[in-house]
Amino acid sequence: MIEQANITTLERSELLSKVGELFNQGYRLVQICCTLKDAFELSYSFDKDHALLTLRLQVSREDAQVPSVSGIYFCALVYENEMHDLFGLNVTDMALDFQGTFYKTAIKTPFNTPPPIAK
Amino acid sequence: MPIRKISRTILKSLFGEPATLMYPARARVYPTSSRGRVAIEIAACIFCGLCRRKCPTAAILVNKEKKTWEIDRLKCITCNACVEACPKKCLAMRNKYAAAQTARQNEKFQAPEAKPGAGG
Amino acid sequence: MANRMIVPFGPQHPVLPEPIHLDLVLEDDKVVDAIPSLGFVHRGLEKLGEKKDFFEMTYVAERICGICSFIHGLGYCQAIEAVMNIEVPARARYLRTFWSELSRVHSHLLWLGLMADAAGFESLFMHSWRVREKIVNLIDETAGGRVIFGSCKIGGTRRDIEPETLKRIARDLDEIETSIREITAIFEDDYSLKHRLEGVGVVSKEDAHKLGAVGPVLRASGISQDTRSLGYAAYGELEWEPVVETAGDCQARSVVRAREIYQSLNLMRQCIQKMPDGPVDVKVTGLPNGEYFSRLEQPRGEVVYYVKANGSKFLDRFRVRTPTFANIAPLLHMLKGCEFADVALIVLTIDPCISCAER
Repeated sequence: MIEQANITTLERSELLSKVGELFNQGYRLVQICCTLKDAFELSYSFDKDHALLTLRLQVSREDAQVPSVSGIYFCALVYENEMHDLFGLNVTDMALDFQGTFYKTAIKTPFNTPPPIAK
Repeated sequence: MPIRKISRTILKSLFGEPATLMYPARARVYPTSSRGRVAIEIAACIFCGLCRRKCPTAAILVNKEKKTWEIDRLKCITCNACVEACPKKCLAMRNKYAAAQTARQNEKFQAPEAKPGAGG
Repeated sequence: MANRMIVPFGPQHPVLPEPIHLDLVLEDDKVVDAIPSLGFVHRGLEKLGEKKDFFEMTYVAERICGICSFIHGLGYCQAIEAVMNIEVPARARYLRTFWSELSRVHSHLLWLGLMADAAGFESLFMHSWRVREKIVNLIDETAGGRVIFGSCKIGGTRRDIEPETLKRIARDLDEIETSIREITAIFEDDYSLKHRLEGVGVVSKEDAHKLGAVGPVLRASGISQDTRSLGYAAYGELEWEPVVETAGDCQARSVVRAREIYQSLNLMRQCIQKMPDGPVDVKVTGLPNGEYFSRLEQPRGEVVYYVKANGSKFLDRFRVRTPTFANIAPLLHMLKGCEFADVALIVLTIDPCISCAER
């Protein structure tokens, strides 16, 4: 059985209203997956009755900022703090902001500016 | 009655066999399919280097000129990938684990000198 | 005026099998806030996706966690199979289910032992681990390793189990079930354990949903959510129901795990009975191109694998959301307002696997 991936791309300004809509429909936040290549790619995955729905958001490196959804889904705070601490993506208005202490790393934002690999 | 419940367990533990083996008096018997260590039958090896390329941890070194086959036991994760890849089936997975090492050292196997007339 | 202070808890602590750090804000003996931090054992496994080819990544994925290794490997393989549109043979799907459940029993018994240990019930801990040893031996016999299964690959499984061995295992399972009954009866009824666990760390149904809890934490709060209902591997063809408790406290979470052991044993028996004949793998050709979110149920809850491939040998992006990470938010909620002495127990009831969460 292969579960169908249902991915919708959206703009940053639409994010909060769309997430709020899903919350009211009783969706559960499965994860926020952040990956970084040329730009930040955020995937907000939601689940309702075992159907997965993913919102996809592109954020450029220059304008590394995204509104927090933790006001709607409180559990988003772990993912958002992770995004902030590891990827260096600014998340504004987090419900609970650990201010970079969630991940104790030797280097700030190691996934954004990876340290040179020691041979 | 809890006392009746627990007395059964106590009696079982008292008179039953211990759960552990009395090692080293009784050695552990490994299942035949256990992944212990990679063994090579060096005489059959053709030094194609397929095992080296398939190894996910780069634990194997193959030298075609010198006819040597080396393995770093500390790097090897006994994943069986080399055994599956070997075209001559001269690699095998043994169920006994490799002996402990005190230093990082490759285990080296040298092919015997080819007998004259054995076909190169 | 209560006396306010901050107590550091972890990363090294007798009840923590793995390192997570919590700064506990106390008011006398009450915890009013908990601030977590991670990052002590980060291994950069996700980054390896750019260096190891996609076949070799199976080995990396399996090594994300030592306790639920099989399901990690399976999650990765399923993601790649979905990207490449590979149909896995029926026997391989049943074998995968069998091994997944074997690893679930192993993990839950390990957890029950740790739980008993944290509650100060030393002998129960030893009894649990004695039974667990039998399960680990079964894993060694069928998959080849005591901890790392190494039996899952893209397109099927790398090993087959002989029909005679399967029949024998079915008999072994009955024997194991008898000894597990003895242990779980204590977790369900024992006065001293109940006294320690009941009413501690309560998460209500609404909170569990809102906080994004997964796995036994969610099911102990009365929400019947189990990723296995998606019907991946052979779960769609087997008969089972998610185990649900309603109390939402530490006791309920223990009971959910205890009862899930029987469910897993039952699923394994069904697998053995219904195991179809045929090949266990298909040949994989070509390179993956596309992306996929693969979801599975681990002993600790739902795991999400994100794989994006760009048509080359190496993966473009690879990211894992592990159940422990999702359970951190509920954990913070449980800790607020609890007694300081209960912190260790509550942390343990989410079954923290920090090395999972750190990849």
